[in-house]
Amino acid sequence: MAAPASASAGTSTPDYDFDVVKLFTIAATFWGVAAFLVGVVIAFQLAFPVLNLDLEWTSFGRLRPLHTSAAVFAFGGNALFATSLYVVQRTSRASLFGGRDLALFLFWGYQAFIVMAGVGYLFGITQSKEYAEPEWFVDLWLTIVWVVYLIVFAGTLLKREEPHIYVANWFYLAFIITVAMLHIGNNLSVPVSFLGAKSYPLFPGVQGALVQWWYGHNAVGFFLTAGFLGIMYYFVPKQAGRPVYSYRLSIVHFWSLIFLYIWAGPHHLHYTALPDWAQTLGMVFSIMLWMPSWGGMINGLMTLSGAWDKLRTDPVLRFLVTSVAFYGMSTFEGPVMSIKAVNGLSHYTDWTIGHVHSGALGWVAFVSFGAIYFLVPALWRRERLYSSLLVEVHFWIATIGIVLYITAMWISGIMQGLMWRAYDSLGFLQYSFVETVQAMFPFYVIRALGGVCFLIGALVMVYNLWRTVRGEVRKGEMPVAAVIPAAAE
Amino acid sequence: MPTKIEKDDVTGQQTTGHEWDGVKELNTPMPTWWIYTFYATIVWAIGYAVVYPSVPWFTGHTKGTSGYVAREDVTRQIAEARGAQAQWRDQIAKASLEDIAKNPDLMAFAVAGGKAAFADNCAPCHGSGGAGAKGYPNLNDDDWIWGGKLADIMTTLRHGIRDQDTKTRVSEMPRFGADGMLPRAQIDDVAEYVLSLGNRSTNAAAAERGKPLYTDNCVACHGDKGQGNAELGAPKLNDQIWLYGGDKTSIVHSIYFARAGVMPAWTGRLDEVTLKQLTLYVHSLGGGK
Repeated sequence: MAAPASASAGTSTPDYDFDVVKLFTIAATFWGVAAFLVGVVIAFQLAFPVLNLDLEWTSFGRLRPLHTSAAVFAFGGNALFATSLYVVQRTSRASLFGGRDLALFLFWGYQAFIVMAGVGYLFGITQSKEYAEPEWFVDLWLTIVWVVYLIVFAGTLLKREEPHIYVANWFYLAFIITVAMLHIGNNLSVPVSFLGAKSYPLFPGVQGALVQWWYGHNAVGFFLTAGFLGIMYYFVPKQAGRPVYSYRLSIVHFWSLIFLYIWAGPHHLHYTALPDWAQTLGMVFSIMLWMPSWGGMINGLMTLSGAWDKLRTDPVLRFLVTSVAFYGMSTFEGPVMSIKAVNGLSHYTDWTIGHVHSGALGWVAFVSFGAIYFLVPALWRRERLYSSLLVEVHFWIATIGIVLYITAMWISGIMQGLMWRAYDSLGFLQYSFVETVQAMFPFYVIRALGGVCFLIGALVMVYNLWRTVRGEVRKGEMPVAAVIPAAAE
Repeated sequence: MPTKIEKDDVTGQQTTGHEWDGVKELNTPMPTWWIYTFYATIVWAIGYAVVYPSVPWFTGHTKGTSGYVAREDVTRQIAEARGAQAQWRDQIAKASLEDIAKNPDLMAFAVAGGKAAFADNCAPCHGSGGAGAKGYPNLNDDDWIWGGKLADIMTTLRHGIRDQDTKTRVSEMPRFGADGMLPRAQIDDVAEYVLSLGNRSTNAAAAERGKPLYTDNCVACHGDKGQGNAELGAPKLNDQIWLYGGDKTSIVHSIYFARAGVMPAWTGRLDEVTLKQLTLYVHSLGGGK
């Protein structure tokens, strides 16, 4: 255990805890590869059902939550932990509140949550709520870990040496607080027994559905949007070497985003038993959310004013900027899909899957890759990455993967929606369900190939990071490049 | 860091004067197109909320100027669709199956409706084209276990096979091996004889030994030539159509353990008109008698 930060250090560099950031960075990379791998497996399972292997543990139903939780909570979550704990220290000029032991508890506690949840899924232990599958005992454990996270993060902010709180930290704090509220609200349930895994949710029927999608949509809004906007607000200006475009915009879009997002969940329940008035509110709040979402995109992209030329030479910056572009695209697509008439076509189809992945792959994963490429040389005190060329390879192969993925799902989803509602001249349904499944087969294959591209890209990243940590520079590349601004001093 | 407002040379904007880990912020005004688009979505949202049900209240919610109710809307759409088909459905309800089959227009409607109903209800077992699968009869051929006339098909559809329905079709082949009625060697001989009914036997001596056993145990239902009996649901054994496989191993398995496939009764799940349409559709597939 290292000595606690010296109070008498004055203006000298605080005793930053980057060890825990390293651990979270490694975990994010590891779980990212795991999430992409399981995603590829289940994508092929949809195209070739024989790959379910006729075993309950490897069936699509068990592996699908493993994929989504690994992507959102294990990969995304660890990326948020790594970046937030790095950013809050550096932009506050303060070491982590609670010291290194508490930070280590945070790391291992969160990994324990991931493992408990994932192992449970494989054995069929689930409360069957999308993105909230873990059962009550895992939920309780996560609650403890999350409260510690809030204490560490907010405590660090409170002891900051800077007069103001940097915008990235507003977003991180909103993410941490709101996820705590969502997690507790949606997981209120009564265990059948203290020694059994099974529980029943507190809210029945349509009320339970509303609570679930209040949670589900804001898991997107606060976990995958607000949290990752925190990443964007630090790493884009850092990597571009430019000031943030507009402070005023950041204030207005922060508060409008936070206020509006929380009401948008009912758009997941259009044309269901949910009362009409709630559907209306879910829809109009989603429409109003369009510009607040785009405020982040504008601030991200316009921060490059005066630095656009760097996109030619810096593939890490390209990851970050492309992620902001995908963010803009999916936050436009989202409000469009929330319109009831559009939702009538898109809901329950692959279009939704495509939409989620343009956000998850294009925005969440790309901004995380950018941050990880920034962090690894900074944390391990290397002058530069092992290879910029390999970052470039990763960028292009992953981008091709995303394009294959989302275009396949657009076509397949819209086709599926149109086939479901096709009537013949006598007023009978034109297609049976199984015919729609058959028609989707080629797109399932294309989607799986897109996933393979994305996975290969991530493996290239792992190799590149590994060589970077070992302090190597690829032959033929400049030993010191301007691509990595001095981050850690 | 102390506040120190600077001017950014690239954009001409001033910074806010703060700096965090080397990151500064410009004080650029918000883009006007962004603000006005935001306002426009708010105005639109208010307008939509006035027109449609939106604000909850203790005893209900605002109805909106349109008076839209999703449930009424879907009820109306279903009624409209029903209305468009009403004249055909009424005729089908009144007419006999044979009369429908003689009326080309009515028959076209019935087959179209039967096809749609088949795709939703029957295809999971019988295949989307009625081609069947192991244990699920092919409906395109002329081999009908319980009869291929219109009335037979209708009865099977209505009451199912080995279902809970009181009028369901029932037949029970004994489990000759599992219940110890015939030793395994004799079952092999019977199977060989069954193969010989379709001229597929490869062991004449075994088939000869199986013949008296077949006569004693099987003829009553399957007939002396293996021609089957649709009254009893006893399949034909002298053709090449086999529900559970026609190779010797499968036949031995069928004799040893017997088979007892189940089809659900559709009365109560589907209305009479749909059942009639399904009957005519299945009958039209090619093998109807």
